[in-house]
Amino acid sequence: MGKSHRVLASHALDTLLAALRDDGYRCVGPQLRDGAIVFDTLHHAADLPWGWQDEQAPGHYRLQHADPSRAFAWANGPQAIKPLTFAPRETLWESRIEADGRMQFTATLPAEEKVAVIGARACDLAALRLQDQHFLEGAHADPYYAARRRNLFIVAVHCTAPAATCFCASTGDGPLCTAGFDLALHETDEGYLVDAGSEAGTAMIASLSLPAATATRVEQAETAVAAAGERQTRGLPSRNLRDLLFANLDHPQWDDVAARCLSCGNCTAVCPTCFCHAEHDVPLLDANLGRHEREWDSCFTEGHSYLAGIVIRSDTRLRYRQWLTHKLGGWHDQYGRSGCTGCGRCITWCPVGIDLTEEVARIHATGGGHD
Amino acid sequence: MGFDYSGFAGRRPRVAVHKFSSCDGCQLAFLNAGEALLAVSELVEFVHFAEAGPVDPDAPADIAFIEGSVSTPEERERLDHIRAHTGYLISIGACATSGGLQALRNLYADGVDTWRQAVYASPEYVASLDTATPVAEHVKVDLEIWGCPVNTAQVVGVLHDLLHGVQPTQSRDKVCLECKRQNAVCVMVAKGMPCMGPVTQTGCGAICPRYGRDCYACYGPAETVNTDAQGNRLIELGLQPADVTRRFHFINSHAPAFRAAGNKHRSE
Ligand code: SF4
Ligand code: SF4
Ligand code: SF4
Ligand code: SF4
Repeated sequence: MGKSHRVLASHALDTLLAALRDDGYRCVGPQLRDGAIVFDTLHHAADLPWGWQDEQAPGHYRLQHADPSRAFAWANGPQAIKPLTFAPRETLWESRIEADGRMQFTATLPAEEKVAVIGARACDLAALRLQDQHFLEGAHADPYYAARRRNLFIVAVHCTAPAATCFCASTGDGPLCTAGFDLALHETDEGYLVDAGSEAGTAMIASLSLPAATATRVEQAETAVAAAGERQTRGLPSRNLRDLLFANLDHPQWDDVAARCLSCGNCTAVCPTCFCHAEHDVPLLDANLGRHEREWDSCFTEGHSYLAGIVIRSDTRLRYRQWLTHKLGGWHDQYGRSGCTGCGRCITWCPVGIDLTEEVARIHATGGGHD
Repeated sequence: MGFDYSGFAGRRPRVAVHKFSSCDGCQLAFLNAGEALLAVSELVEFVHFAEAGPVDPDAPADIAFIEGSVSTPEERERLDHIRAHTGYLISIGACATSGGLQALRNLYADGVDTWRQAVYASPEYVASLDTATPVAEHVKVDLEIWGCPVNTAQVVGVLHDLLHGVQPTQSRDKVCLECKRQNAVCVMVAKGMPCMGPVTQTGCGAICPRYGRDCYACYGPAETVNTDAQGNRLIELGLQPADVTRRFHFINSHAPAFRAAGNKHRSE
């Protein structure tokens, strides 16, 4: 582990995929679909988005042609790797009333499917760490999440092409991947540099018998990643905005943003750290059977704050405030850091282009942020 | 008259499916159930459902579904009669919940006369009210199921709830959240299409964005909608004000939130 990079030629990516498949993994990787770069089952390295990059701005995403020798010249797609571990919708249990009248419950745990995801970014890994804290490290680990998580092999790719919406350097989560991967790749003009971050990753590299990379090449690659971080223009004024936000619950900016916000929940749905979900029973005509599901929810829905007959956060002002104060404030109390890893997705995929860094900047400027 | 949700004491509830001014498409939500319809017909007794067989519009029913808007004098009277003979009344589809497409005539002072003359060879045979209106504007409705058309999961789900003594509900969240759960790529952000998902009620499974087209708001307004922000965004995406009006007025023009939003850009 550490600085023991190996060299993987560009044309040898298929060898890596084959080795993962031999180990029983289904490979999942980025590819073009519907005008975006999305994660899906990856059969051949040729299906990677060679020669494509993403142009991102508030409420705006377009693909553009880029260097055809690069498969990872883009920043990030509409969805992080979150759905691989936290399913958008899943059955938690089924029930059946037996002939003797007793009710039997069966947990419907996901199949133990080994999945190797290729192309995770530093912001994704930091977010996965937070999701692990939420789903696995509390008093009651979530067995559904756990079943997927323990079968996940992560091939991260250090980011050299941040979008205009990215600010992982500001949150301290990227663009270099420093932890939470099995393998990490640098994409360079002369192929890939591979480093292991786990025992499984080390074993994988050993099985591929790859030549060692020179220190100079590793240094050059890391310089390129650092430069990518320096090109980022967005940012948050501090890595801990908890006190600022909670001291400004009546700031007029909440009204200002509420006039623009659709309360659509897209920001929470694309955020790689949001974990909220709702549960309900699925109507089945056979009265003896029951099925209990959970699905992604959002603090922008009425159900999210429905309590004993009333909706606590009945308007958009309160909902947007919940999103921002939880994400950048409450997470410090719950998980010891901010819930934002700087991926910029909530900015790009907001249909009206609301930018949390701008909202924070306005509250910071007028709400006592300057000390 | 309060409805007793405690079930039907072992007997099959009587169910009626009534048609008013509509295209008949929402009734297909039952027929499309396929095998499940056989299961349903063992659990309930269809006393009136012209599209499926039994015809007895005057039969008293425990549960009645109404498709279609109130747009003729005869319908206005028939509705009172049905309400008086029904336990739990459910309006289904855009026509019954918001007046539907035909409610476009409500936006014009002389809409009915002008269009009746333009469309029919012998307009004197057509008896219409000046407006096409939702069922709930006339009688008490116990549940509304929005959509154009509604789908099988919705109607069967509601029947299931009532059979089990549960008060049925319908999610009024926006289409967007379901669009994300389905892993669709947002057509508004990635293609600049004038998607109505951010103001439209869920229930369809985000079908349109999943097939690469923009939601056209057939399920009506969601809860807590910001039609001003939506309208402004459509203009930014290149729509003319008249097109924004059409986006809001297309199917559910009589729903207050959409009517006002469309009129705002109409008068500008
Ligand atoms: S808050 Fe926005 S920028 Fe931060 S991690 Fe979530 S989606 Fe990414
Ligand atoms: S409350 Fe809102 S911001 Fe916090 S995790 Fe849930 S959806 Fe995300
Ligand atoms: S900030 Fe944007 S994405 Fe989030 S709820 Fe508001 S309009 Fe939707
Ligand atoms: S495609 Fe439409 S429904 Fe889907 S997220 Fe975008 S705006 Fe919402």
